[in-house]
Amino acid sequence: MLKEVGFRDIHDLFADIPESIRKNSELQLPLSRSEMEARVQVEDLLSRNVSTRDVISFLGGGVWPHYVPAAVDEIVSRSEFLTSYTPYQPEISQGMLQAMFEYQSMIAELMAMDFANSSLYDWATALGEAARMSCRVTGRGEFIVPHYIQRDRIQTLKTFCEPAGIRVVETGQDRRTGAIVQEELQNKVSSKTAGVYIENPSYLGFFEAGAKRIGEIAHEKGALFIMGVDPTSLGLFAPPGELGADIAIGEGQPLGNHMNYGGPLLGLFACNGEQLLRQMPGHLIGMTMTKDGTSKAFTMALQTREQHIRREKATSNICTNEALCAVAAAAYLSLMGPRGLERLGKTVLANTNYAMRQLKGVGGLKAPFFEAQHFKEFVVGFDDAGLTTSQVNAKLLQRGIQGGISLYDQFPELGQSALYCVTELHTLEDIDRLVVVMKAIVEDRQ
Amino acid sequence: MMFKQAHWDEPVIIERSSEGRVGFSVSSLEASSVNIPPGLLRKTPPRLPELSETEVVRHYIRLSQENYGVDLGIYPLGSCTMKYNPKFLDRLVATSKIQNLHPLQDDESAQGILKILYELSVWLAEIVGLSKVSLQPAAGAQGEFAGALIMRAHHRQNGDLQKRDEIIVPDSAHGTNPASAAMAGFKVVVMTSNREGCVDLDALRASLSPRTAGLMLTNPNTLGIFETDILEIAKLVHEAGGLLYYDGANLNAMLGKAKPGRMGFDIVHINIHKTFATPHGGGGPGAGPIAVSKDLERFLPVPTVERDGSKYYLDFNRPHTIGKIRSFWGNSAVLVRAYAYMLMMGRDGLEEVADIAVLNANYLARKLSKIRGLELPYPDKPRKHEFVMSATRMAHETGVTAAHLSKRLLDFGIHAPTVYFPLIVEEAMMIEPTESVSRQELDEAVEVFSKISEEAYSNPDIVKKAPTNSAVTRIDEARASHPKTMQLTWRRRARTQSA
Repeated sequence: MLKEVGFRDIHDLFADIPESIRKNSELQLPLSRSEMEARVQVEDLLSRNVSTRDVISFLGGGVWPHYVPAAVDEIVSRSEFLTSYTPYQPEISQGMLQAMFEYQSMIAELMAMDFANSSLYDWATALGEAARMSCRVTGRGEFIVPHYIQRDRIQTLKTFCEPAGIRVVETGQDRRTGAIVQEELQNKVSSKTAGVYIENPSYLGFFEAGAKRIGEIAHEKGALFIMGVDPTSLGLFAPPGELGADIAIGEGQPLGNHMNYGGPLLGLFACNGEQLLRQMPGHLIGMTMTKDGTSKAFTMALQTREQHIRREKATSNICTNEALCAVAAAAYLSLMGPRGLERLGKTVLANTNYAMRQLKGVGGLKAPFFEAQHFKEFVVGFDDAGLTTSQVNAKLLQRGIQGGISLYDQFPELGQSALYCVTELHTLEDIDRLVVVMKAIVEDRQ
Repeated sequence: MMFKQAHWDEPVIIERSSEGRVGFSVSSLEASSVNIPPGLLRKTPPRLPELSETEVVRHYIRLSQENYGVDLGIYPLGSCTMKYNPKFLDRLVATSKIQNLHPLQDDESAQGILKILYELSVWLAEIVGLSKVSLQPAAGAQGEFAGALIMRAHHRQNGDLQKRDEIIVPDSAHGTNPASAAMAGFKVVVMTSNREGCVDLDALRASLSPRTAGLMLTNPNTLGIFETDILEIAKLVHEAGGLLYYDGANLNAMLGKAKPGRMGFDIVHINIHKTFATPHGGGGPGAGPIAVSKDLERFLPVPTVERDGSKYYLDFNRPHTIGKIRSFWGNSAVLVRAYAYMLMMGRDGLEEVADIAVLNANYLARKLSKIRGLELPYPDKPRKHEFVMSATRMAHETGVTAAHLSKRLLDFGIHAPTVYFPLIVEEAMMIEPTESVSRQELDEAVEVFSKISEEAYSNPDIVKKAPTNSAVTRIDEARASHPKTMQLTWRRRARTQSA
């Protein structure tokens, strides 16, 4: 082959690279080994991890343990999906394109919104994109967010906003119910406000009873209303579209995707109306026809919003997204259907209620911290028990339990408190075990 | 070579729905009734399909058969490095020991994954010849965004940010480069390339100014040609006070051959799903780690993965960081695959990747340039990972364009190249065979190109009507984006139809 291309030595193929760059370019890496050797070595390293199968874990807060049906794993393992590129050649990529169209449709249904894109990286970047989109649409430069919001999410939002000159303004939440303080919000929303963002349920697991009114406050001043959601709540609880949201975002990982130490995730992004659609970030797949009109067909749509056409004027720089995670979500939602999803919601809710009720009975614990409707997550306060969250978590871990996320660093006003997560994967025995151990820890202290 | 893709005429899944069916239920018991304030309840149930598990599986497996992937054949999509993804990588990550790890669990209980991430970041830094790596960016474009933010942080620290508000991007750059620079708050200055798609030093000098924050570049460039002036380019950019950014889309040919850090680059992103063999998943997930020089380390996103003796941990205490660019620490399931791939390949294997990828590209370029109607611009320049053919002559002589030719390739089970990019070559077809393709497969591809050329000169209509062996024939793209005919969700379709 070399001869046929007119070279004698393989190194000649690189002879045009200046010598000063090429010299000493050997890699200081281990030598090659067989697949078997590499696999055994990596499996050995992975075996050192403690998974949620090894302990009872109550961690959530942005990534949640949910059951992934075997059929979902099977579908996303199909190598025709797994080993394909972004579907730039639609005629031989109909499978992926149709799956993406179905994903967009199902997310739009879940959110009760007109349109959804075919994925962003995660909830945090979806929030960043939503803020920038709000400012593009309204021509304004302020974005209002609630006080209780996950740390990565608020930090990512600020990273996205700073270069665009967008001011992120925080609005307060009631210390007893967690509800947005509407008088304060009303004072903060102005003709400079591009968007008002709330989460429902909030990062701390409680629902916002005033969601509809908050949307009205935003709209009265010409701002957009943006809502972040946990999609597993939407079989049961009111979706953003029913509460007046203009843009809906969220984390799609619970829909058939494993936690994977926090990535890949799946950024959900939906909006209402064609004006917003034109400013939406990310790929959109549309249903159309073949040119001869004999068959339905799918292809990428409204590409003039995107970087490969519009370059520096694109609505976002995103190109590679989380397509396969979106296929998993489509398969998951198809398996669930409206009834399965409602049942999932009820099961999670029943487990959450049970956990809150049982923990409330443990001396000195405040559970839930907020007086509101909760779903999947709730705050436990340890101040009255005279314990710190790190003490509690260390003791729980000794007994094979991973406690909740400590909130003290981020929200000191909540005192020593932690965010506990309960899903359909938790059995009543798991929760009882937590309660028994917690009781022992508290009593030990007293 | 003959190819016929499955066509199931599979309805949109909602049309298969039958009321009352459930494919998966979390519990065999009906959940006890729950009391929810009515104002919080959903009013209208979502219109999701109601199907059995069998129906769902059949639907999606049928769809998968209407999709072309690397496992089916050659996928020479230029700049996308569609190499084979070894199967054991997928098996490795299908374990509870990665799938069921929570990102916020104690570092102590995640030592295995943290060690993998730490070593991977050290290896990637070695490969690109820079000092430190962040594994966080979810994709190449996010790596670019992070890189541009690091430029911002660097100039802000020098008290220069107000003044330095321009990033220079060649006209041949990938679209993500200008889009990422703009997202990071910079004005984009487009620099004209010379006829070979390389940096024109005079154009560069003219673009550089006290307003320059940096220059974004691929090397080798999109024509597969190595920028031999790269040291001079780096000198000019640095003398002007700017930083040099390396878009790692074309890194495959450089493995063990030349390190971007040695070429003078300050910031590099690496497309894990290209160079390091992780599957692209029909558009993602990928991973786009960034590497930086010593001076810029402090600006990397939080947290970084660090080692203290034999313990590995996440370091959040980085006061000069650009902050967070996403949730948590990175696309771990993708990164673990890349680690295992690098472990298997080793330094010798990775260097061989570059050898074979470059040999394949030059071999294919030479063979294709002999085909009637096709030309290889600048035939004397050696290519690296890819090359661009021009179908100008064929277009003039037969009316068969690069787009037609590409669509006809699909009929033979070959994925189309990247077409009409870069713009500096007329009727461009950007072709990257990668190291995964054997000589036999390359020869077969050459035969297919020859056959299509013959068709173009004898019966061009066959080519112009292509593809006919794919799941569907040519698609009405305009209809998909026209306000009157656009259909993006079945919800929207139902609403507009009932209105």
